[in-house]
Amino acid sequence: MLSKPKGFEKPAGVRDYLPFAAEKLRAIERSVLDCMAGWGYRQIMTPTMEYYDTVGVASSTSDRKLFKLLNNRGTTIVLRSDMTAPIARVVSSMLKEEPLPLRLSYHANVFRAIEEEAGREAEFFQTGVELVGDDSPEADAEVVALAVASLKAAGVKSFKIALGHVGFLNGLLEEAIPGREEDREILKEGLLHRDYVGYRETLAGLALSERQREELEGILRLRGGKEICKQALELSGNALAREAVQHLSAVWDALEDYGVAPQHVMIDLTMIGDFSYYTGMTFEGYAAELGFPVCSGGRYDNLLQQFGRPAPATGFALKTSRILDGVEGIDVVRELPLLLQYDAANRKRAFAEAERLRDEGRSVILRRVEGPAEKLGETVAKEIKSGPLGPAYGEIRTYTSF
Amino acid sequence: MSEIIKVAMPKGRIYKKASALFREAGIQIPTDVDESRKLVVPLPEIGMEFILAKPVDVPTYVEYGVADIGIVGKDVLMEESRDVYELLDLGIARCRMSVIALPAWKPGIHQRVATKYPNVASQYFRERGQQVEVIKLNGSIELAPLIGLADRIVDMVETGQTLRENGLVELESMFEITSRLVANRVSYRMKNAEIQAVCDALAKAITAKNV
Repeated sequence: MLSKPKGFEKPAGVRDYLPFAAEKLRAIERSVLDCMAGWGYRQIMTPTMEYYDTVGVASSTSDRKLFKLLNNRGTTIVLRSDMTAPIARVVSSMLKEEPLPLRLSYHANVFRAIEEEAGREAEFFQTGVELVGDDSPEADAEVVALAVASLKAAGVKSFKIALGHVGFLNGLLEEAIPGREEDREILKEGLLHRDYVGYRETLAGLALSERQREELEGILRLRGGKEICKQALELSGNALAREAVQHLSAVWDALEDYGVAPQHVMIDLTMIGDFSYYTGMTFEGYAAELGFPVCSGGRYDNLLQQFGRPAPATGFALKTSRILDGVEGIDVVRELPLLLQYDAANRKRAFAEAERLRDEGRSVILRRVEGPAEKLGETVAKEIKSGPLGPAYGEIRTYTSF
Repeated sequence: MSEIIKVAMPKGRIYKKASALFREAGIQIPTDVDESRKLVVPLPEIGMEFILAKPVDVPTYVEYGVADIGIVGKDVLMEESRDVYELLDLGIARCRMSVIALPAWKPGIHQRVATKYPNVASQYFRERGQQVEVIKLNGSIELAPLIGLADRIVDMVETGQTLRENGLVELESMFEITSRLVANRVSYRMKNAEIQAVCDALAKAITAKNV
């Protein structure tokens, strides 16, 4: 493992994108960003590197997964692990005077340390939006509806978005086991790690009334359409939990008016994101073809105050490189280049013709030939392959005197 | 129309118990699957497709989504720490993970532990403030203390027969282990109705057994 890398090797978890993959990735990126622009989101670019103490600490990525470096002054630098924290920094500094709400979009490569297995890249692409300064249910519904539109724009055909709310579980647990912070944390950990067996075992070990145990076990089944909100309201009298469910219910109504619920959206109150980060609605998107979620997002009302401009915010990111891997997606029809072969005497004429064709939007490759033996037959164009890149030319034209 | 669920089933010991439980739950797995050497067995009559895998690989198949659900021992789940839903304790293949040594064992200067579960073992000892060297072995773990490779081992104990025959004793029982029903993150949402139905049927069969 410690041997010197071979010439062709690259660090674990990073990839090359050959032309056909790069073309497809760019097509997805363009289509999604266009879609976001249609909703009034303007693109922003931020640096690849940030300070660990600012953006690194504020990001939702756990410390051990941050890609850290030391600069020449010994300051710890991170390669950005998402775009949310850098955008929060910009909104609180360079855009400090800008009135809210702000709508920003991005497409960027982000980094993670210690993800060395296939499908868990150390560098990958995310395309997303942040809506800063609006805490209404309509704002949450807007980002979910935009996530639906973006997944469609990316060519994902069959997908579902699951909505949850961190407030519901917090409220429910606060009511059921008041004052026992530790037990609540263990239960939340169980749900966060999707360990329902562990969650039930923890419940069984707590001194709870039969009714409370049933309620807390019952949340494992709170999954479905709008009726789930009604069931959830019956489960809890806690103000925090009820407020969360009412908000979610209002988001659902707005999504119905957008025409995306119930077809593309479901409610899952067991789905909880990172509690230290998300403060309200959270969501995740799943495509039928892929084993991993293709998008995730939610409300993070406490992040911006860490940068000195308290403001509510919500957003999401598409995992664009995953979509590229697993989804049929957008068909990129590539026009094969035209080969223009010429000899010394016809060079000027060939160059002029190439310029004319390029102005028309054609892709032209020039090639000088010295004699009849080097000349390519005009009918063989599509049979000339260049390895994994496929056919080299779509057409051959010849400007020679032989 | 309901969708086909791809089920990663562990080959060997757990398979027999799991398939028996499926039948008790009313999921009629044909008996010839048990003897088949096929790796992928389509079972359209029960809306499933079985993928017969080495037990330690089951969570991997499920995490990557090539299988929607799977049956796997808690020991493997703890060792592999894969990102999957752990839906149900099936209560089958019950045993325990224990620390085992020769009866005369005393803490030495360099403590070595041999095991098939290096991650679980390191974490267990670390949490108890012990720094031990862990040696990964792939089978016949009981050999290690007998021939002096390690002074203790961490392994699964079902009846204790092997330990007794080799003159070893259980120093402490670490965890109770049973098989679990796990599900992929995406499948659990995209095929929710089908997976929930299997989960409920199994839960009912387990309750019926315990009454």
